[in-house]
Amino acid sequence: MINELLFMNGYGVYVLSAFSFTLLSFSALYLITKIQFVKEQNKFVAKFGSLNSKKAKSAKTQRINKEILAGAIKN
Amino acid sequence: MFKFFEPNKIFKITSKAPKYVLLLFIIVLSIGLTEALFLSPEDYKQSDAVRIMYVHVPSAWISLGIFSSITLLSIGGFIFKNKNFFLIAKSLAPSGFVFNIIALVTGAIWGKPTWGTWWAWDARITSMLILALFYAMYLISWRIYETEEKVFKITTFITILGIINVPIIKYSVDWWNTLHQPASINILSKSTIHTSMLFPLLIMTAAFALFSLLIFLMKYNTELIKIKNKGLDRL
Repeated sequence: MINELLFMNGYGVYVLSAFSFTLLSFSALYLITKIQFVKEQNKFVAKFGSLNSKKAKSAKTQRINKEILAGAIKN
Repeated sequence: MFKFFEPNKIFKITSKAPKYVLLLFIIVLSIGLTEALFLSPEDYKQSDAVRIMYVHVPSAWISLGIFSSITLLSIGGFIFKNKNFFLIAKSLAPSGFVFNIIALVTGAIWGKPTWGTWWAWDARITSMLILALFYAMYLISWRIYETEEKVFKITTFITILGIINVPIIKYSVDWWNTLHQPASINILSKSTIHTSMLFPLLIMTAAFALFSLLIFLMKYNTELIKIKNKGLDRL
């Protein structure tokens, strides 16, 4: 039964390689994008940590900065 | 109206959305794969090779849709002097490019059992390859040009040139004698595809659209954090 499903009347190798290529491309793109995101997030946290208290206070007035930090903590 | 779409305002949504989109994508993709690989019928002519259509066609549709959106956003960015439009366009490009590559590779895999060849310099296939080159030029431009103004101008120019190719891709099968079959799904006239095949095709298209939304959101958030990183340097 499983062999028959995978054989697909002799076209299994073509069908499965097309689907595998698609899913592998998805995984690669997702991983690359995720790594780039985490890298930028970590860079932001490191830079924020190196600010003096006055600058940090000023940076925290922007809501987006607070959200980036909150997101980094969650991750 | 554009104030609503300001990055600072929408980051709260775009930063939280990816996990929900990922979950929805996995659900829709699972249904789509089950339908495409096991439940949908085989074709009377192509037999099971027709199943490649469920990854090939949605990839081609989405890569064309994304390129058209990038062009509109780039032109809009220029007209309305809105940097966010360029940022959205830049974030859309990677998934569009990957879908274009998937369409080309799965098309080659489909070509072997149906046409007896992996590749032919046929109008549809060649014009899709040209689209991939435009995507590559667009993405490379963002990497090599540092000044914003220059990169906005060059990427807009690339998209305007590239968009000329989009109707050529669409109508290449009608204008020239090609190996590629004509469109089976038409919005304005009757589609020639049976509902038992149309249904899985639409589900797979929805899954692929969700995946490009997911990548867009992740990339957009990365770009926003990059801008904020530069902002911290200036403090």
